[in-house]
Amino acid sequence: MAQVDVQASKSLAALATALALTAGPARAGAPPSAAPPPKKAPLVQVQATTPPFSDGIFPCSTCHDGTQKVKTERRKLDFHDDQQDVLAHGAERWCLDCHDAQNRDLLRSASGQPIPFTESYRLCGQCHGDKYRDWRVGVHGKRVGMWNGEKTYFLCVNCHNPHTPRWKGVKDEVVEGKRIVSPTLELLQPEPRPRRPEEMRK
Amino acid sequence: MTTQIEAPSLPVPSEPPERPLQAGEDEARHDEGRRTFMKLAAASGVMAGLSGCSVSLDEFLQKHFKELKGEELKKVLARLEAKQKARWGQSVRIGTEAAQEGVEFGYGLDISRCVGCRRCVYACVQENNQSRESPQIHWIRVLEMDKAHGVDLAHAEVYYDPATVPQPGKFYFPVQCQQCRNPPCVKACPTQATWKEKDGIVVIDYDWCIGCRCCMSACPYGARHFTFAEPTLPAGELNPDQHYLGNRPRPKGVVEKCTFCIQRARNGRYTACVEVCPVGARKFGNLLDPESEIRKVMETKRVFIFKEELATHPQFYYFYAS
Repeated sequence: MAQVDVQASKSLAALATALALTAGPARAGAPPSAAPPPKKAPLVQVQATTPPFSDGIFPCSTCHDGTQKVKTERRKLDFHDDQQDVLAHGAERWCLDCHDAQNRDLLRSASGQPIPFTESYRLCGQCHGDKYRDWRVGVHGKRVGMWNGEKTYFLCVNCHNPHTPRWKGVKDEVVEGKRIVSPTLELLQPEPRPRRPEEMRK
Repeated sequence: MTTQIEAPSLPVPSEPPERPLQAGEDEARHDEGRRTFMKLAAASGVMAGLSGCSVSLDEFLQKHFKELKGEELKKVLARLEAKQKARWGQSVRIGTEAAQEGVEFGYGLDISRCVGCRRCVYACVQENNQSRESPQIHWIRVLEMDKAHGVDLAHAEVYYDPATVPQPGKFYFPVQCQQCRNPPCVKACPTQATWKEKDGIVVIDYDWCIGCRCCMSACPYGARHFTFAEPTLPAGELNPDQHYLGNRPRPKGVVEKCTFCIQRARNGRYTACVEVCPVGARKFGNLLDPESEIRKVMETKRVFIFKEELATHPQFYYFYAS
């Protein structure tokens, strides 16, 4: 209902402007009736810092230095339990669907294009196109800063653990002056409930 | 504050109605004597009134915010800031930023995302200098509702207290001031202490509010709150970045509510609840800007307004992103 009203008032405004224009030279000296367009700050978007990797795991090339033979068949690994144990991302997913087999410091799109870890959203967007579209215009996900100016947008991996993407909770910490939001595997605890009126009367 | 008590220095606007003269009374003498008496009574009445409730003459005679201009406004702000400095030992700034041209604020809340963690409630308390305990004032109330019933206030719980959220079978529905385009509270106010600004924010002049609570009974959203007792706001927790119509500390006995963080919004910033929400369920922006997040929500999502049947036409929208 409210939407309809907004539209109605807009078309009325448009009509009024059109009438003012058709009045022509007789009204040439009159000040323009339309309000000046709002001053808009240049839209600056800043990417949030990605969450830290597990301790000692990055850069991956420390171990995967090209000397080992790369086996690309799907299997259970003897290593990377942290990731393997929680892996719950669709039924058939495994490491090399997203991680690049040749250069482990990169991710890899379905078409074989290398993607740096800081642009992982491009990888996620391959399958989750609807969320990706919403996220790019700010409907999905979180932004902080200015509603009409510089804002920081959070990445998929700031809230979703890529190995277990179902949202459970996030933690917010400041590391070296940088605010870092990262996903957790535990549900959030709610803040205290409001006090009942009778509790406040005491 | 609307009751016009004549201060001694002010001109008397009109003569009070005459009492019929008694027979044999000297007309002139009576008239003069009565006038002097009235002046003295008014003066002593005002002084007695002022000494009784520790309100200075300046405070008592302070104009409505819309009538405050230039030097006069500066003096009022300086006095209010000094008062806070004395009370909390902290320098504050009370802004009076006006609505920006071409801006109409809109707020979107994604019901399919909210997990009911109440982070917004307490971020709001901190940002807006609400009374902490006894009386505890929350401008945002999060309702826990059954998925089976949908948005139904007969099945809503505000005091939910589980160990973790969200609980299975439940969804969460935060309610705050809906910034109606047709605000019943504004119509109900007998002193015009509350009004709707050009950018859509419904504001309150706390120094003009008489605390009659008519607006509270008019509001269908329970969004207005009354400070029954002296507010409790510990030193060190005062937010010094304030707006006259927003988060400056309120005295006892006035009504307060969400102002879309007017002190932030009018300076281009997101509101405190938007910035704290861990799920990114809260969207805020300019409804007149086709590129804003709120417009994208309106254009692409299933949007509804709360208690639509009351024709309050809120600027606060609920939506389902998935």
